[in-house]
Amino acid sequence: MMAAPILVMRWLDWLNLLVHYLYYSVLSVGGAIALASEMHRYLVVQQHWLNEAQFSSSIAIAQAAPGPNILFVALLGWNIGLNSGGIAAALFGVLVTMTGILLPSTTLCCISAHWLHRNRDLRAVRAFKQGMGPIVVALIGSIGWILASAHSEPAADWRLWLLTAATGLILWRSKVHFLWLLAAGAILGWYGMV
Amino acid sequence: MAVAQRQLVERKRWMTRQEFLEEWSIAQIMPGPNVVNLSTMFGARRFGLPGALAAMAGLLTIPLVLVLLVALVYARFASHPHVIGALRGMGAVVAGLIFATAIKLSSALKANPLGIPVCIALGVPCFIGVALLRWPLTYMLLGLGAVGCLLAYRKLQP
Repeated sequence: MMAAPILVMRWLDWLNLLVHYLYYSVLSVGGAIALASEMHRYLVVQQHWLNEAQFSSSIAIAQAAPGPNILFVALLGWNIGLNSGGIAAALFGVLVTMTGILLPSTTLCCISAHWLHRNRDLRAVRAFKQGMGPIVVALIGSIGWILASAHSEPAADWRLWLLTAATGLILWRSKVHFLWLLAAGAILGWYGMV
Repeated sequence: MAVAQRQLVERKRWMTRQEFLEEWSIAQIMPGPNVVNLSTMFGARRFGLPGALAAMAGLLTIPLVLVLLVALVYARFASHPHVIGALRGMGAVVAGLIFATAIKLSSALKANPLGIPVCIALGVPCFIGVALLRWPLTYMLLGLGAVGCLLAYRKLQP
């Protein structure tokens, strides 16, 4: 593993980082993960604030951990901070990147949602909401598929697919809490059974 | 997202499946992380700005602390085979959870004015494009989404 870069982050550098993330936020239609390649170009290639391993492990951990996967942005900020000092700088990095990625998009979303709700009886608004219905269901199914097929060989990974199918059936048909199944999956994986 | 659906719709009954699907389509098309958008919109609708902030803080704080802890631990155990295995198992369970959510939400489409055949005709290509061909999401929303909206607009009588 490459050694982590040692950084001196000045206030201007932090401001630069914040402005970039404010900009990413406005662009992040379809989720911030779609902008990951652009973040890689900026943070790793251009600024050398992170190395390759730090970048890719940030995304892997955020995908695996519970919670919205936008948190990979927090981990990128965390690692930049760690490279430039200690835990305090790392927490400051989290604050900068998360504020940047959330502030514009959330504001925009609240304003437009408010407008849409007040005009919810407009034919165009109803058409938009109803017309997007099947697309949204298909997109959710797609996310499931992309996650399930992340394992490289389908022939060798049939047990993982079986686990996915069983989980899907159980959660569809019963009210078992998801965390129990997550724990079961972790245990099965720990002992190499899937 | 799947957890949000379970909590908001099934446990708390704060919104119906129909409403969830509608809100989700806004959250999806706006920039920003869609779960965060959805929760913030919901908080803002019910309680104004404090509700929006509370929803966002509630959604992000604990996962944020968790993910930072995981990052600290991971740095030490990244190459441990048991840890890699456990992450694989958890990934498969998460995928199952998302499939279950898609199945449940699809039952709300029965009430859709487009009708089930049109819903299938829009949903299946969308799934193929995004899941199998890995096309950018934005093209799907602008293409198939626009077709869906136009068809719905024609079906809905003023």
